Amino acid sequence: MPADRVGWHTVDSSQTTILAGSNPEVHMSQSYDRGLVENFGRWTEFSAGMWAWVFHKFTGWVLIGYLFTHIAVLSTAIEGASMYNGTLQGLEALLIVRFMEVGLLAVAVFHILNGVRLLFVDLGLGLDAQDKSFYASLILTGAIAVASIPTFLGGAF
Amino acid sequence: MAEHYTSFSRDDTRWLLQRVTAVFLVGVLAFHFMLLHFVHHAYEITLAGTTARMSQPGYFITMVSFLIAGTFHGVNGVYNALVNQGIEGTPRTIVKYGLIIVSLLLIAQGIRVAWAMTGGQLI
Ligand code: HEM
Ligand code: HEM
Repeated sequence: MPADRVGWHTVDSSQTTILAGSNPEVHMSQSYDRGLVENFGRWTEFSAGMWAWVFHKFTGWVLIGYLFTHIAVLSTAIEGASMYNGTLQGLEALLIVRFMEVGLLAVAVFHILNGVRLLFVDLGLGLDAQDKSFYASLILTGAIAVASIPTFLGGAF
Repeated sequence: MAEHYTSFSRDDTRWLLQRVTAVFLVGVLAFHFMLLHFVHHAYEITLAGTTARMSQPGYFITMVSFLIAGTFHGVNGVYNALVNQGIEGTPRTIVKYGLIIVSLLLIAQGIRVAWAMTGGQLI
């Protein structure tokens, strides 16, 4: 494993401020070897930042996968109204689809909130509150997903 | 814990475009969910309703931009993740052009669908 990939980033001076307060071992221009994050066998050692990164990846992949499926389903519009309406209503009538939609909402909300958080981090804002803002993203995602259940399952029973 | 977790190298145009599209997507994705789950319920969607929305030029342009930005952002994200995993040489080239072709197909199909959804009522 090349050294520069192991710690994700060789920490340069512009990045040392990030969460550095919580780790006295890390100084300017020093890389911190924490192993490959894809090595999920080490998940018990993950920090909040690594969880945020893993969840962001996971939700991103789900969203792009959904987009392909979504366009495929919507393509029934080309065949006309009865095909489109029948397909969409047939899908919505399945309880499993309704639950998957709640899951999709949760995935999208997390990716949006954590994505916005990442954008702020990139701008150098809120660097001291990265753990807190990550936990806030998680809690808000959960709350929004739960609150949307009645709307998403409406008429399904 | 001084890492800045990202799959991108920061001096990269792809990195920048990932962020530019992200900013746009925040708005449209939230709008899309609000509209099609809370304003109109998903189980009540019909082609007539879709056509009514899609035949408004502003909505049509928003959805096609959403399609293009979403595809770019998602596929670029996947590509960067693979590069970050260390994919190099020929596999990297194959993946790159494979993803570009797949994206173009998705966008083409999405536009074809969007056009069909207008029911010829746009313009
Ligand atoms: C379960 C939640 C969702 C529902 C019920 C839904 C429903 C729809 C419907 C009915 C349309 C047709 C346009 C209209 O009727 O106004 C549409 C278009 C579209 N949706 Fe969704 N959508 C959902 C989630 C998403 C997500 C998460 C994405 C992004 C990854 C997305 C991306 C798009 C795009 C790009 C279009 C335009 C398609 C085109 O131009 O051909 N949607 N959606
Ligand atoms: C709605 C607002 C969105 C925001 C704010 C957002 C933000 C971001 C950001 C900042 C990254 C880069 C993370 C990094 O540096 O590693 C990213 C990655 C990604 N996003 Fe999004 N995104 C959004 C929507 C979407 C959508 C609609 C899709 C899918 C169609 C998507 C799929 C991805 C993927 C696949 C990645 C790469 C994940 C990885 O590293 O494996 N995102 N997003």
